[in-house]
Amino acid sequence: MNEVCFKNIDKDQCWSLTTYEASGGYSVWRKILKGEYTPEQIINELKTSGLRGRGGAGFPTGLKWSFMPRNAEGQKYIVCNSDEGEPGTCKDRDILRFNPHAVIEGMAIGSFVMDATVGYNYIRGEFIEPFDRFEGALKEAYETGLLGKNINGSEVSFDLYAHLGAGAYICGEETALLESIEGKKGQPRFKPPFPANVGLFGKPTTINNTESFASVPDIMAHGGQWFADLGVENSGGTKLFSVSGHVANPANFEVSMGMPFKDLLELAGGMRHGAKLKAVIPGGSSTPVLTAEVAMNMTMDYDGIDKAGSMLGAGSVIVMDDSTCMVEALTRLAHFYYDESCGQCTPCREGTGWLYRVLKRIMDGKGKAEDIDLLMGVQEKIMGNTICALGDAAAMPVESFLRNFRDEFEYYIEHGKSMVKG
Amino acid sequence: MISDNAKKQIDSWIEKYPEGKQSSAVMEALKIIQKENNNQLTHDSIQAVADYLDMPGIAAAEVATFYENYNHQPVGKHIIRFCHNISCMLNGADDLISHLETKLGVKTGEVTDDGLISVKKVECLGACVGAPMFQIGDQYYENLTIDKIDKIVDGLK
Repeated sequence: MNEVCFKNIDKDQCWSLTTYEASGGYSVWRKILKGEYTPEQIINELKTSGLRGRGGAGFPTGLKWSFMPRNAEGQKYIVCNSDEGEPGTCKDRDILRFNPHAVIEGMAIGSFVMDATVGYNYIRGEFIEPFDRFEGALKEAYETGLLGKNINGSEVSFDLYAHLGAGAYICGEETALLESIEGKKGQPRFKPPFPANVGLFGKPTTINNTESFASVPDIMAHGGQWFADLGVENSGGTKLFSVSGHVANPANFEVSMGMPFKDLLELAGGMRHGAKLKAVIPGGSSTPVLTAEVAMNMTMDYDGIDKAGSMLGAGSVIVMDDSTCMVEALTRLAHFYYDESCGQCTPCREGTGWLYRVLKRIMDGKGKAEDIDLLMGVQEKIMGNTICALGDAAAMPVESFLRNFRDEFEYYIEHGKSMVKG
Repeated sequence: MISDNAKKQIDSWIEKYPEGKQSSAVMEALKIIQKENNNQLTHDSIQAVADYLDMPGIAAAEVATFYENYNHQPVGKHIIRFCHNISCMLNGADDLISHLETKLGVKTGEVTDDGLISVKKVECLGACVGAPMFQIGDQYYENLTIDKIDKIVDGLK
């Protein structure tokens, strides 16, 4: 446990440069400054490591970095996505608070690989404490001569800045995030062109999640194989899991990919008050909900969660005991997507409102027998029909809640009250 | 309209972006102006930000109305932003919000008579393992209980 992003978490002032360097921090970056690495070496090491995008999409990081036209003329950018806001997800906040230098070094390494001499870390607007920590770490890095132009007399330059959001979940979508840095509404762009060709300010740009960047320095220091071996096939390394809900000790846990869910639950102290497990959302609010039985036989890696019928997402494990009314839980999620839809695509803008209003009607005791079919119909019409994944994210919980807990919805409609809470 | 102090702060943000891309600072500029004007934006203050950043007024207004952190109606000196999303809900946020409403004599979205506090229900603030939680100003308060809430709220001046 706690072998990569959280390896210093128990140390005094774990966010300081001193602590970071004492555990080998910036050794890779210093080697790069001395010309001891080529970009190709780094990409190969990352490919070997099996690191996949930790923000939710799970795209192989090494492959993503290889897409950047590093030899193209002109400015290129590297961007970190710290716009954490998917219900259940709170790991990047802790990486920024407790290990900001790993994010800086990871971004610096990426900047060298892709010849992107300027970087931005987009931090959600409410994360003032994490922002202050990151700014403090940036200051230390500049003062120590680890960032800037022609660093230590080398050919390498990298300037890094933090950008703050202002409250919009959609800005976690990478092209909406770029729009937001440009000072616009956070509305996703059509792809193609992909950011690697036309990104920030129209220039080639690579965007990675905070945890992905923070994993890179150790992958390079210990080798891609070391990281791959920490996990399982197709899911290299460790992963931060935010375990929240009805557990005795909710917290972020950095564990090896492939850990059985039941062991992770145990790490979180088991069910609170010894209650019975009812349901688990394994990867953040947009990933399909699972029944207790399925969850207890699942392993926490990309393939394991896929096989169980859901997705690893950002590793945000929401645990629900048998006192949970699933109609109420889904209504809350539906409200979230309704609130956060950027309004650009009709199926999402209108559909998320429909989903919420129909669920609210059921909660108000005014549900109709045909409402379940209506909800299924609306989610089907959103799924796959929008520019970005927010539409799918709104649809997937609806389908999975209705499939796994249909009887609760039927009961609520028939009796005008919750089967669980009365 | 924009104070020298605000200009100084906005300028430090403009420096982060390439030349000619000063409108990237609009989100922070609006926050800075809002803070100086009772936590609220007006048509005129949005226009002033737009003028300062040399961008169309409508572009600044779009930003000011798209993002959640800007206020266009009067709010309290302190805004309690209470998360009511799933992890907080599972941990009793709804009951705590009701307690807060009763204690302050306001509903969510309203301001106390003395103008000191307003309460707002917000979506996930990304501190789910510390649920239930709320934010006041720059500060997160986690693992809330009725006693804890009373102590925090009674301390607001």
